[in-house]
Amino acid sequence: MLGYLVGRLSQAVVVVFVMSVIVFVGVYAIGNPIDVMIDPGATQEIRENLIRQYGLDLPLWQQYFTFVGNVFQGDLGRSMVYNISVTSLVFSRLPATVELVMVSVCIATIIGIPAGLYAGYKPDSIAAKLIMALSVLGFSVPTFWIGMLLIMGFAVNLGWLPSGGRGEVAQFLWFKTSLATGDGWAHVIMPAVNLSLFKMGLMIRLTRAGMVEAMGAEYVRFARAQGLPDRQIVFGHILRNISIPIITVFGLELGSTLAFAVVTETVFNWPGVGKLIIDSILQLDRPVMVSYLVMVVLLFVLINLAVDLIYARLDPRVRLKGGS
Amino acid sequence: MVDVTVQTPPVETRAVRLRHFWSDYRRSWVAVLALAIITTLVLASFGAPFLVPQNPYDLAQLDWADAFLRPGQTGSGGYVHLLGTDNAGRDMLSAILYGLRTSFVIGITAGILALILGISIGLTAAYFGGRIEALLMRIVDLQLSMPAILLALVMAAMLGQGVPQIVLALVVAQYAYFARTTHGAASVERRKDYIEAARSTPLPTRRILFKHLLPNVLPPLIVVATVQVASAISLEATLSFLGVGLPLTEPSLGSLISNGFKYIHAGRSWLSIYPGIFLMVTVVAINLVGDQVRTVIDPRNSR
Amino acid sequence: MTAALEVKGLTTRFETRAGHVTAVNGVSFAVQPGRILGLVGESGSGKSVTGFSILGLIDAPGQVTAGAVLVDGIDLRQLSDDDLRKMRGSKVAMVFQDPMMTLNPVLRVGDQMVMAVRVHRAMSKSQALDHARKALEIVGIPSPAERLRAYPHQLSGGMRQRVAIAMALLHSPSVIIADEATTALDVSIQGQILAEVRDLADTTGAAIVWITHDLAVVSSLADDICVMYAGRIVERGTADQVIGHPRHPYTQGLLDSIPALHEPGQKLPQIPGSTPQLSRLPQGCAFRPRCPRATDLCRTDPPLDIRDEQAVLCHHPLERK
Repeated sequence: MLGYLVGRLSQAVVVVFVMSVIVFVGVYAIGNPIDVMIDPGATQEIRENLIRQYGLDLPLWQQYFTFVGNVFQGDLGRSMVYNISVTSLVFSRLPATVELVMVSVCIATIIGIPAGLYAGYKPDSIAAKLIMALSVLGFSVPTFWIGMLLIMGFAVNLGWLPSGGRGEVAQFLWFKTSLATGDGWAHVIMPAVNLSLFKMGLMIRLTRAGMVEAMGAEYVRFARAQGLPDRQIVFGHILRNISIPIITVFGLELGSTLAFAVVTETVFNWPGVGKLIIDSILQLDRPVMVSYLVMVVLLFVLINLAVDLIYARLDPRVRLKGGS
Repeated sequence: MVDVTVQTPPVETRAVRLRHFWSDYRRSWVAVLALAIITTLVLASFGAPFLVPQNPYDLAQLDWADAFLRPGQTGSGGYVHLLGTDNAGRDMLSAILYGLRTSFVIGITAGILALILGISIGLTAAYFGGRIEALLMRIVDLQLSMPAILLALVMAAMLGQGVPQIVLALVVAQYAYFARTTHGAASVERRKDYIEAARSTPLPTRRILFKHLLPNVLPPLIVVATVQVASAISLEATLSFLGVGLPLTEPSLGSLISNGFKYIHAGRSWLSIYPGIFLMVTVVAINLVGDQVRTVIDPRNSR
Repeated sequence: MTAALEVKGLTTRFETRAGHVTAVNGVSFAVQPGRILGLVGESGSGKSVTGFSILGLIDAPGQVTAGAVLVDGIDLRQLSDDDLRKMRGSKVAMVFQDPMMTLNPVLRVGDQMVMAVRVHRAMSKSQALDHARKALEIVGIPSPAERLRAYPHQLSGGMRQRVAIAMALLHSPSVIIADEATTALDVSIQGQILAEVRDLADTTGAAIVWITHDLAVVSSLADDICVMYAGRIVERGTADQVIGHPRHPYTQGLLDSIPALHEPGQKLPQIPGSTPQLSRLPQGCAFRPRCPRATDLCRTDPPLDIRDEQAVLCHHPLERK
């Protein structure tokens, strides 16, 4: 087990290193941020001072190592647009995104898993066909368009919900969240639903596929031959079995929900990290882009690792073989 | 030269297989409808110059006086704007069909390029095995764990606006799906006897790869390809919506919606609703077709 | 004495694209308490479908279309779904072929057994666990308390099958249906389990239906034998009758092809041809194309010929020697 963990961790370190190089080089290929930052009428002297100040005159590899060195000291650089440290910028935006992602993942799970179970339990029923049709819509219709429809429907036409932005925040235990206020919920619900649809579609399909497969499995027949009622077969036997792939994908998708938050946050003007990265891309705010992307890579590696560990915990067959 | 024949699994003639495929496909009327819709949309978008009154790319044909006409109103050109006009006086229906054409071109090109790249990588990995396989598939896996939208976003940001740039960004974001599928199917096939048999003959590697391995991994790839074309179209629209895709002077569905989004609070919903409906119908229809193809070619479903 | 299990005219059909397929066609037999019935047939003969039909576990596109299944005199086919479910496991239990697949791989053996106990009996978890442990002891599993904590993959194939048999015994059912229960096991373990099954029938008084393709297995185990071919029972009698004096040419063919009954070096006789597809059965007797005794008469449905309680479905049965 320990050997396995060490192996996986060193792999993760290599991946993060390689990806950070790619991201760094890639982002620096985009263009010169100085042109964006300063007034075109500024003198050549001001321009060169700025370039030196940001270390942009150094060779790329040197810039990279400066960056890495700073990262190890907890310094991700300064935003060229907001002129504050990237760390505090990202952390000021992070709670909003985490809030949004959590609510949407909960919505997706609470609706998606039961719907998928039902669709797999009675695959020929009309309700199951309807569920499946909705799941196709859920992950084939582009998120931003659904978001737009939601705004048109609930904000513009009906006027029930605000069309964007984050609501009032209030203290909850030791952190501030908008989920502690009614206004906060009114703001979060529409973007959260929007963000959850793709994942819900995925959950439904995954659960249904697992359910259909399990319903034909020998152990289910055996359970039926023992006289177990269907309810107990589904919740006692099958759910435990199919929870393994569901949790795996769920974990992996947690990362992609953060990425999709980019779209939803833009549509709903939600002040999270997704909106931040889009703004920084459009404004060529390099330090923010690099830091965000490296952080995303790190996040994905960690999620992958966590999923593998949970997997090993859930499936007794995996536990025996460590190593590879 | 000695003529070497290798026993491949028995196959029906192409015509017979096609007929079987169609008779199975036809059993879902939804899928048939979806196929009809796609055909119509492809024909309408590529025939757009002959079908619609205006070329939305040609600024000379636009008249500011026609801006924000509601659907059904008649503009200065003397014809009815069925779906209204936008802020620049562009006829929405024309813009949508031209935009749809751009979306199709981008989606299909990106799909085909990603398919070719993915097949090459997947087949290479599966055929050679060992270190090459480990390295290639590690890269692919890593990329698959990242959401395509993020990759496409970063790529698009790096490459800048324009059709070739977007296509490249989409290919980079999507080839991994094909590589994964090809590799999966090919590693299963590789272990089968007929490939072993082919490898023991003096056939050139290339021939084994393309004549023997490829035909057998093609069916699952077709399904992935349909779905990926839809997702390329939707990704492109998303990128354009986020502002890193195509400019409005080259309208794709995404940039039309993005433009219309600015006016939803002003009650001018037709600017974004109609291109959105076309986008949704296109993407959903392609997915439905892909779904049915998957069902039909899945050996578990044949009784 | 009423039979523990009596099956009358059981018929099961499947809807397929090729049309109706009658997998089980008017099957009738009875098993007395404490006796073992061997149900023998090649794969595709409908023997497994018969087993599942008895428990009412046929899924769409299949359906039991006719017949009665009496367990202790109660017709299972007349029961509501829920009453039928309550009979399963408590009155009629079943053991399946593949011990790898019948236990849920991600649940501990104990958890699975506790679920099976508590579905029919109001017991606390610890009582149920205790009950499960006793059942494991009965089938000869060493250190049963430890096995209860194990996951199925940690047990050997023979051990898993014993667990499955123990689960079948949990509620002292009147009838146990075992479908190829030892086929997947090593011959030595197969022998042990067969001996235990014989023992169980004698001590618990359960009636056992032993479904197998292996006539050699049932010849040593069963009291009575039914031979199935293409969905019908073609011969029925005591084990001594069927093995000693087969009357159906098919049974004779099966017996002839058991290697152990022949001198070494002799050429092993085979039944020519292969099992017919149920969707394309020949007219009249289904065995006709493969039968050495077939005549034109066999194009009509064969009559039931009963002599000394040995029944045979044939126009030209073999005469008793």
